[in-house]
This record gives sequence, C-alpha cells and structure tokens, in this order.
Amino acid sequence: MAKQRNVYVISGGVTKFAKAHPDMDFRLMVKKAFDYAMNDVPSLEAKDIGSSRISYFSDHFTRQIMAASMVQDTLGLNPKDSRRVEWGGATGGQCIQAGWEAIASGRNDICLVAGFETMSRVETWKGNEFIALASDTNFDYPVGGFYTGYYALMVQRHIYEYIRKTKFAEIKDEKEAQKLATREAMRIMSMVSVKNHMNAMYNPYSQRPMKLTVDDVLKSDMVAYPLNRHNICTMSDGAAVMILASEDVARQYTEKPVLIKGVGCGTDTMRLADRPYGAVPLFDWERKKDYANLRYPGVHSFRSGRIAAIEAYKHAGIKNPNKELSFIELHDAFTSSEIQTYEDLGLCKYGEGYDFVERGSPFLANIDYGLELQNKGAMPVNPSGGLIACGHPIGATGVMQGVFALWQLQGRIKKHFGDDSLQIKNAKRGLIHSHAGTGCAVTVSILEAV
Amino acid sequence: MVRKFDRFRDLIAEVKKSGAAIYNNPAGTEDLVVLSPYSIDYIHSYAQDSKFFMSLEEGKLMGSVCKKCKYKYGTPRSHCMECGNETEWFELPLEGKVHSWTTCYFGSEEFLNETPFNLALVEFEDVDTLFLSRLMGPKMEDVFTGMKVRAEFRRDKRHLVSDVYFVPAE
Repeated sequence: MAKQRNVYVISGGVTKFAKAHPDMDFRLMVKKAFDYAMNDVPSLEAKDIGSSRISYFSDHFTRQIMAASMVQDTLGLNPKDSRRVEWGGATGGQCIQAGWEAIASGRNDICLVAGFETMSRVETWKGNEFIALASDTNFDYPVGGFYTGYYALMVQRHIYEYIRKTKFAEIKDEKEAQKLATREAMRIMSMVSVKNHMNAMYNPYSQRPMKLTVDDVLKSDMVAYPLNRHNICTMSDGAAVMILASEDVARQYTEKPVLIKGVGCGTDTMRLADRPYGAVPLFDWERKKDYANLRYPGVHSFRSGRIAAIEAYKHAGIKNPNKELSFIELHDAFTSSEIQTYEDLGLCKYGEGYDFVERGSPFLANIDYGLELQNKGAMPVNPSGGLIACGHPIGATGVMQGVFALWQLQGRIKKHFGDDSLQIKNAKRGLIHSHAGTGCAVTVSILEAV
Repeated sequence: MVRKFDRFRDLIAEVKKSGAAIYNNPAGTEDLVVLSPYSIDYIHSYAQDSKFFMSLEEGKLMGSVCKKCKYKYGTPRSHCMECGNETEWFELPLEGKVHSWTTCYFGSEEFLNETPFNLALVEFEDVDTLFLSRLMGPKMEDVFTGMKVRAEFRRDKRHLVSDVYFVPAE
C-alpha cells in the first residue's frame, strides 16, 4: 500500500430496519440516521463536512434516478463534493471504502458515508425479480432468476465437496450419500440461524429478532433446497451513516475515534457458470498442500472474499485473524454464505466451516442459545444479528455493519442498544465484510480501537 | 403466499383501469400509500451473443473457445476472462452432468407460477466452465450431483436462453 493518511470513524447512526417505513421515504430515513450521528459528536457542524459518499443499490426500488442527489439536498450538504457508490450487495462496504479514499488521499478531512434502501416499495416476488436483474440478464435471469436459487446451487456444491466427500465418503449409493450430507449441512446451517436471530433479541435496531431452535429452522418453509425460510435474510427499509475523519481532526470531535486499519476488495465473474477451477490464493499461514486436491473457487467458494481478506489483513498487519480480531460482522444474506465466508476469511481452512459452527466458535460467550457448544465465543460472528436478523436494506447494510462495529470498539453498545448483552468485552479490532451478487465483489475493512 | 399474489394481481388490474389507487392507509397515520404501475418494453440486442440464441433454433448449443489460450467456455463470451483475447464459437456436446442443482419453491414474480422448478449447473466433458439451465422432469428426491443429463429444445422458440433445457439422460 502506497503512502496514505490514517482515517478514523468518529460517529455513526442507523434507523431501525423494518419491512416498511411508510412514514419515512429514503431522504427522511437518511436524515434521521444522520441527525443521530451528528448528536453523538456535538462539536461537529454540518459545515465541517467536506464531502459525502452515498450508496443505494437499485434504481428499480427507488424508481427515482439520482436519489443520492436528493439525499445530499435533504442533508443540507450542497454545494459540496458528493457521489453515488453502487456495487450490488457490497454497495455499503464499497461506500465506506470510497469515504476512506476521500480522506486517505488528502482530499477531505471529514467525509459522510450514507447508505439506504427502500425495498418495501414492491412486493417480495417483485423485489426478488429486481435483485435477480443483478445476474446476467441474457443467460441467468431468464432461466428462473432468483438469488436464493443461485446461493442454493453454491451451497449444494460446497456440501458435496466438504461433507459428501469426507464424512460420507464410505457410502457407495451416490444419491443416499448426498441426501445424508445435505441433511447434516442443514442442521449446521440452522445453528447459524439460531445464533443470528438470538443475538438480534438484544439489538433494538433489528427487524427479525427471534428465539428459535434448530428444529424451528428446519421446519420453516423450503425456499430453494436446501435453504429454507429462516436461513435467508429479509427485505427491508433502512438507512445508516458513518462520519469519517482524518488523523488531524478526529480527536477534535470524539475521545474515542476508531481507526480504519485495513481495507481490501476482491471481485469475480458475474455468472456462476464462468467461475474458474484453479488454485487457492493462500494466506501466509496456509500451504499449497493444504488444498492439494481442491479445484478453486468453482461455485463452492468466494474467491473475491478471499482476495479482499488477503489485502485487508496485509494492510492491517494481521497474521492470525482468530487471535487478532475481537469480532466479525459479515454479510450473511444466507446462513450458507456465512459458513462459506468463515473459510474465505481464513477463520478456518476451506472445508472446516461446518466444524467451526459445531465447535461454537462464532457464538457469543455470554448468550444462551439452547445449544451445547464447546468453544463458545472464540470468534464472535455477527453479534448484531447480521443480515439474517437485522434485515438487509441493501445500500445501508454494509454501513450498518460499520456503525455496529464502531459502537463495539468504542465500548458503547449499552449506550446505543440500551443493553450490553452484545458488547464484546475489551473489543480491540473488528472486521466488516460486504458482499455483492454471487460473490462478484466483496469488501473487507478492519476497524481498530485506539 | 400464492393467494396473496392473486389478490395483488387483481388489485393491479383495477389500478390499470382506473389509474393510481390507494393501496393502504395505515390506521391512525397520515401516510398515504398508492399503487403506481410501471412497465417497459426493451429493444434488446443480443449483439455479440446473438449466434448462441440463433443456434438454439437449430437445436445446437454453442460455447466459446479462446483463440489464444484455448480456454473453453460452456456459456459463451466474446473475450477470454483468463487472457483477454477474442474467442471463437464451437458446438457444445448435448450431454453433460449435473455439477450442482437446487429446487426452487419460490422466486421472482415472472417465474412464480412455474414453481417448483429445478435449476442445474451443467458440466460438459473437456469444457472449462458450466452452463445454467432448468432440469425438467425429475422430482427433487431424484436429482443428484453427477447425474447424467441431456439438452432438449422448446418447439415454440422465445429467443431466450430457456429455449434449451435439460432432462435426465438415463
């Protein structure tokens, strides 16, 4: 990484994520999140903000082109520099990194990062159609364009590679072996669903807090085999903002600025069908022989996520994420992709994601999930409840993760949530992960308490 | 869910006759929510992908092969993702294997009345990448990764990629 200025997060705000906010359009949602963030740093005035980066995913949902311009207008930030940032589901994460660039480059001292989405403006099946338009409209969409279907295709192969070929390697009957492997994966994915919905019970901003059992998840409606309802995020209305500042000014506004220690971004083909079958890009602690027989990424893993993590860890000087990170907020649009992402981020090797869950590593130590877990709290993942339980207003989602990570690292979860159950004790470093398409782009950013 | 969908369709039909209508007015609020229809007819050129769609009419499935590095694509693309060079067309085999699959019980509005349906990523021998298609016929219980499948073509062509679909080969 070439020379750059240090960039800090000094404040954040989110609206409650909800199925619909008929009382607020996108402008008012962003304004409310913005006012919340401004109130948290009372000495900051709007005139001090040098620029803004505004993100939303879909013009179809807004049916208002240049909606970002109307946000800029509503916040009273004209005539300053601003632009829209968009890259599918990773829109929020990309927006944070665009804000980081505005400051790291020396262009601005303070930059506002704001994201929103208003998905309630159409019924769910139409929303599914809009989202599926973010797949190749010549070759993917007309076949039955549906993102849950695409993620089901990916996890089916993940199960085949990592459960069928290992735990059930002895079984000769192919169909039977695959059925057993999928049943095993569904049980473990359900544990992730129980975790994220339970964490959200303590997060007042979440849309779908629930106390569930593995059985409840398994019995929920099948959407695209093997993904059933409680393994999938919902559509939401919501907004989130972060205020970023340079090293020179950050401490003028808060005693607890949080450093953006590392950024990374990776990409991959739009079409799942085009994914190559090559070698795994390795972390420093991995060896080629770890993956001697693995053809990668295929459709079972996210190469973009791996590349983003390699860049971000290098930038932040992280050599052992399990020791050096205190928590992770990752893009769990599906419980399957949460498990796939553990492996991309190097929390475990490829193929060990299911064991990582069974050991209890991504669960919070102090929360009762009604599950027997040995290694609870080793690496808390999605303490906020993630997308599965908080909701997924696409353009706001990545920014929401940034706000929750900020509050964790400031030790101020109680102040903002009114309850400290989700506060990770002595949180020092957090990772946020934002993910687009079927893995067409992933951002990883690492935040550090200073 | 489907009944909700039918009611929604009826409401849309009414709106189309009479113009925008009140969708709901949440009790005790002053928020007015209206239905506002919107449709578009695109003039869409398949451009450099056209040959693939025209070949479907002849019962052929076309892929691309890189002129320089010989990387073979099961779904066509004009330029190689590995080296950036131009590709040329080649005829794909009409038989392959299921690389991965799912059965969709819900989906986008356009395909909702076709549920449940199977999606499959199909792999072809000696071809480097895959092809996404519908797998018609088998019930969810009978599909598996590695299953042999063959291509069939719709008789009433719509000039969509779904003019080709796969069925079990044995």
